[in-house]
Amino acid sequence: MNKTKKLSKFTLTNIECYGMIIVAFAVLFPMLKMNMLSNKISGLLIPICAYIVMAISLNLTVGFLGELSLGHAGFMSVGAFSGVITVACMPNAAPTPIKLLVAIIIGGIMAGFLGLIIGIPVIRLKGDYLAIVTLAFGEIIKNIINCIYIGVDKAGLHFSMKSAEALNLSGGKMILNGPQGAVGVSKISTFLSGVLLIIFALFVVLNMVNSKTGRAVTAIRDNRIAAESVGINITKYKLTAFIISAIIAGMAGALYAMNFSTIAARKFDFNTSILILVFVVLGGMGNIPGTIIATALLYTLPEMLRQFSDYRMLIYAVVLILVMLATNSQRVMILKDKILGSLSKKNAYESSGEGEVSNG
Amino acid sequence: MSFISNLINGISLGSVYAIIALGYTMVYGIAKMLNFAHGDVIMVGAYISYCASAYLGFPPALSVVLAMLVCTVLGVGIEAFAYKPLRRAGSLAVLITAIGVSYLLQNIALLIWGSNPKAFKSLVTFSSISLFEGKLIITAESIVTVIACVIIMVALTAFTKKSKMGKAMRAVSEDKDAAELMGINVNVTISLTFAIGSALAAIAGVLLCSAYPTLQPTTGSMPGIKAFTAAVFGGIGSIPGAMVGGILLGIIEIFSKSYISTALSDAIVFSVLIIVLLVKPTGILGKKITEKV
Amino acid sequence: MDKGKMVPVPSKAIIPERDLDKTPILETHHLGIDFGGLTAVDEFSLTVGRTEIAGLIGPNGAGKTTVFNLLTNVYQPTRGTIMLDGKSTLKKTTEQVNRMGIARTFQNIRLFSNMSVIDNVKVGLHNSIHQPLFASITRLFGYKASEKKSRDEAMELLKFFNMEDMADHQAGSLPYGAQRRLEIARALATHPGIILLDEPAAGMNPSETAELMENIRRIRDNFQIAVMLIEHDMNLVMNICEGICVLDHGKVIAKGSPEEVKSNPKVIEAYLGKKKEAN
Repeated sequence: MNKTKKLSKFTLTNIECYGMIIVAFAVLFPMLKMNMLSNKISGLLIPICAYIVMAISLNLTVGFLGELSLGHAGFMSVGAFSGVITVACMPNAAPTPIKLLVAIIIGGIMAGFLGLIIGIPVIRLKGDYLAIVTLAFGEIIKNIINCIYIGVDKAGLHFSMKSAEALNLSGGKMILNGPQGAVGVSKISTFLSGVLLIIFALFVVLNMVNSKTGRAVTAIRDNRIAAESVGINITKYKLTAFIISAIIAGMAGALYAMNFSTIAARKFDFNTSILILVFVVLGGMGNIPGTIIATALLYTLPEMLRQFSDYRMLIYAVVLILVMLATNSQRVMILKDKILGSLSKKNAYESSGEGEVSNG
Repeated sequence: MSFISNLINGISLGSVYAIIALGYTMVYGIAKMLNFAHGDVIMVGAYISYCASAYLGFPPALSVVLAMLVCTVLGVGIEAFAYKPLRRAGSLAVLITAIGVSYLLQNIALLIWGSNPKAFKSLVTFSSISLFEGKLIITAESIVTVIACVIIMVALTAFTKKSKMGKAMRAVSEDKDAAELMGINVNVTISLTFAIGSALAAIAGVLLCSAYPTLQPTTGSMPGIKAFTAAVFGGIGSIPGAMVGGILLGIIEIFSKSYISTALSDAIVFSVLIIVLLVKPTGILGKKITEKV
Repeated sequence: MDKGKMVPVPSKAIIPERDLDKTPILETHHLGIDFGGLTAVDEFSLTVGRTEIAGLIGPNGAGKTTVFNLLTNVYQPTRGTIMLDGKSTLKKTTEQVNRMGIARTFQNIRLFSNMSVIDNVKVGLHNSIHQPLFASITRLFGYKASEKKSRDEAMELLKFFNMEDMADHQAGSLPYGAQRRLEIARALATHPGIILLDEPAAGMNPSETAELMENIRRIRDNFQIAVMLIEHDMNLVMNICEGICVLDHGKVIAKGSPEEVKSNPKVIEAYLGKKKEAN
């Protein structure tokens, strides 16, 4: 009986997530094909997909691992530019879906590799210190990509950290032009590929969370000391979650970049990291269906408010604050009841101290 | 000579960071929250003093005082409306709210003052000092900034060590509940912390814009992030730590701009931060936190 | 199993006879730790038999929990050695010593409170379940079998503590007594050779305490492991412990059977103060 109960909870989340995405796709895709969507909305579809994937990925770090990351856009950035470079290096004859697939995979691998490099030192830090270091890494990545010049000609890839001229291109084309970012990106991302990527991200994250690995990760979040005491290798599982999160973010980055003809590193700055964090927190930490809805709504909200031009970000800010106050004051009430309830229970049971003070 | 001049510029920029970092560190110490809107309070402070002197013809000192007053009210108001209801909520909820407040301030500024940068006229009226036959020029702004930083630092240390309210602040930052049981008014103490932090932010805004005279609604963000970094760098929660962290950060930034690469200076600053945190996970002057098992 | 050699046991051995010819599960020699110049525990030598129920008692602040923290390598000892099942635990991490066979509960309960009861136990089973990451993500390659194994074993442990009905409840929402039992179940799930219980009866009423005593005996009999507990409830300690070690100011002041300890003047002094002072 317990078995069916447990399974049904997992299946329920699955149905919610996949169902939502498939229904949205089933409604929007024919409309898109029949040109029933305004340019504004159809232009939003791929970025929304990319941001949903980003939010799912960040939810793994923040919601399930319980570590605040303020530099998630850095992984997106690395994925984006590796993807762009990959496509630029592939022969023109290659079929577009293959190009996109390879770009997304390479984007994921590069971001995952970076996740590993960043993760090893960072994972040892805790709480706000981890947050500030991820912030720092995000800024460093942005800064470094801003200084990279890459071009391609018959002789192959040219690389420089100084200027476009230093590349000595003989013919060929620029791929990455320092602060101006990638220019002449082939726009090969499609709505379908975006939806498939979301489904892939859901598959990985939902399955992982409901497995031995996921339990270890959640246990570390809930109580690190207890997790250690039952033999869980904290570093290994933190790192695993961090890297998977980075890989998915890199893939989202590649998808995102290939939707625009030009893309610069400053697009993936601190504000973007924060934007994704807002999606995750408002959607609910550890709540994947909530994250998807929050991302879709919050990403479209400012666009829908365009008619209010100057006031739109103001409205956005006010909405954000009010939502936080409303949801959390409610939570505070529930929490208060909980604490009061458990306190009275504890008092009934307890005569001697069970306090935080340890013995010795 | 260029070395000394860079050093002075670094210390001066670092002093601004230190003053901003004090706001972060005090608020973090007492409310255990990252007040991301702090950077934008700097921007508001700078705009107020800009308007006071450019439109109303206030003398520099008066315009600074006005900016401090407005920022104090603003800081206390933000705390009362946005943060106080969330005092028992999770730290992430407070963080997101702080980000919301940050957006709000930036966009209000955008509506009032527009997105075009304003040329901030330095409020420091006396002239620069020229040494060694003009080889070394120390700007008046640098001198004022460093002096202001030292005065603030000394005053703040004395305040927290000696005064009754300062002791109350330290008590609240150690243990809010215990402090309350000892008859300390926690709400007033937290408000006071925001008031001091915001007043300092106004000073920092004026000093920052006096040295780097472009003022726009996003002016506060990057110095805010860097000052926050400085606070962590020095050991968040520690007042001397904010000072040390801020000044070191300023020096590193100016030196990497002059000797390595302007474009990579931020990357270098943040790399140093990461290295420091890896070697000493609670910052240069931070206390070691041990978890009770 | 080979017959372990007799180990020199510090004076007043408290190993029950049935364990005497086996390697002790736990042995410490001259264990000590200093915190910034302050000696919290010193000269702590103790031997625990393979199926012994041992008690660690002493006044508040005597250093009992510190001893547990040393045994589980939460703190690294300043001096001395710890032998777990005949192997030194020097420089191991908490996680590694758990795999070597020591599990514990905490004075202030540390559950994974946002996870379900059964998931708490499954986390305990972590190292005995083989499920690579790839299998986790694809739900193939033996995923089903490993999940079934972990569920079955977890349910068995829950049944042992009469908690099978609560399997899907959130751990944090359980009543206090059940939380304590769950913590013990989770520790047992790691297949330890010795389990350390830090004040398991704290906050329990007499009937719950009686149930706990019964459970502790059942744990030892069923799993054939050693139990070591810190407890202030003298009735419980004197009733179920075969050997007792009394700690005061970080030092062992008495060791022996409950009767020996009870009548030891040093112990009486440590708990009640010197007679003269009392008068």
